[in-house]
Amino acid sequence: MKYLLLLANAPDAWDEPATDGPVADDGVAADWAAYTDALRSAGVLVDGAALHAPSNATSVRVRDGRRLLTDGPFTETKEHLIGYYVIDVADLDTALSWAARVPNVRTGTVEVRPLVAGSEVTAAAGPDRAP
Amino acid sequence: MTPAVPDRLERAYREERAAVLATVARRLGDLALAEDAVQEAFAAAATRWPVDGVPDRPGAWLTTTAWRKALDVRRRESRTYPTDQVLDSPAPAADEVPGSLDDVLALVLACCHPALAADAQVALTLRHVAGLGVREIAAAFLVTEATMAKRLVRARTKLREAAVRFSVPEGVDLVERLAEVHAVVYLIFSEGYLASGDGPAVRLDLCEEAVWLARQVRRLVPEDRESAGLLALVLLQSARSAARSAGGGLVPYAEQDPRQWDAARVDEARAVLATTAGDPPGPYQLQAAIALLHATAAAPDRVDWVRVSRLYAALARLDPSPAVQVNRAVAVGRADGPAAGLALLRPLLDEARLAGWPPLLAAHADLLERARDPGAATAWRRAAAAAPAGPQRENLRRRAGAG
Repeated sequence: MKYLLLLANAPDAWDEPATDGPVADDGVAADWAAYTDALRSAGVLVDGAALHAPSNATSVRVRDGRRLLTDGPFTETKEHLIGYYVIDVADLDTALSWAARVPNVRTGTVEVRPLVAGSEVTAAAGPDRAP
Repeated sequence: MTPAVPDRLERAYREERAAVLATVARRLGDLALAEDAVQEAFAAAATRWPVDGVPDRPGAWLTTTAWRKALDVRRRESRTYPTDQVLDSPAPAADEVPGSLDDVLALVLACCHPALAADAQVALTLRHVAGLGVREIAAAFLVTEATMAKRLVRARTKLREAAVRFSVPEGVDLVERLAEVHAVVYLIFSEGYLASGDGPAVRLDLCEEAVWLARQVRRLVPEDRESAGLLALVLLQSARSAARSAGGGLVPYAEQDPRQWDAARVDEARAVLATTAGDPPGPYQLQAAIALLHATAAAPDRVDWVRVSRLYAALARLDPSPAVQVNRAVAVGRADGPAAGLALLRPLLDEARLAGWPPLLAAHADLLERARDPGAATAWRRAAAAAPAGPQRENLRRRAGAG
């Protein structure tokens, strides 16, 4: 069973970004590396990445054939997405205990969403019904 | 038709329903399908047993019948789910069904899964563990049947699609999950116990369901002391239901007639609580011990307030919620005098978020009255104005007049 861990934090994590590179929010970089290693050595890591700050986001909509661009993320929320993992584990309880160990969970939120089985697509091949 | 059959069926329904459902649901990993299959199995029993006679082991018959019916549904759906592993799994063996206590515990834990909202946990537990109908549950919670049905569907869908497994964790994980179960059972009890809106002051049915559930939980994990504490607590509180609702109002503890307390339940609670002695008690054991001192006092004005206030002090360390602190202040006010109680209440009265909270205002008025403070009557009136309309407000008004 695959789960998407959506990592979110309050925007003040980006008040003074140290670099223009990928955001490492509140956790020490070593914590993230250790967590990712733990996922990998448990054999449950499928995928994952950090996201640039939401101020770098551009939202796209097409209405009446016209492309509308908005500066910023698609929802105004107290917390913003900072990254994600996809993990493959036996059940929700296992996914929840991995979620409770993500470095940003003590200051932010990790949303756990099950993936629809068989819907994943890759560059190599994928089912027609993919979104 | 044998006259005994409907009785046997009813007994099987209550006693074995949860076990039959648990066995089938755990093997299927699908509560909705399992529930449908179990209902069909009971319907089949209603037609077959009067003709064929009641099977030697009704639970086993019901389980195998439900399992076959569930497999039929899965086979019909197998075009949609071509790789259905359930179809390859063996049928439950006749000598091991209905399921073990472990299966039932797994069902209870799944219904009370922490990934579900409290109203969903409550609905699933009443529907699938206690076996109540959707209409009954909806009526008890004053929502429409459609709303309750939707709530159940949404919760079961989440259990299935997020892959909540029907399993029993070990050690500290089990303790945490049991705490979730205790909270759900106590929520059901409180919903029945507390006057709500303009309905009857005590809704007995939900209280009895909660007592039944607490007995099941205790049976499933006899070594868990908080499960014993919870059972003792709901037994003690329900023992006073009749005295509390005498005359259609809401009779405060101090005015209840102890002869109306259910002595059998008090004795049972005392015995259950005695099995937990010698260990550092958890919050339910402490609350039960407090309730026991109230229920075993010779009269409402002869409660051992010194011991009650000590128990509240221990409870406040585990659960420093405003409700516990207010009750502690009242108990200390009786044990050590109203000044000591008022001193404990003062920090709560200064908290902005508790301003106008009826239990706090009532406790304040009570302690002022005991201290013979001239402000007591005003304080009672303030408490009455803050209380929701109904029997509680009437009681507070009466005190304002007397004070």
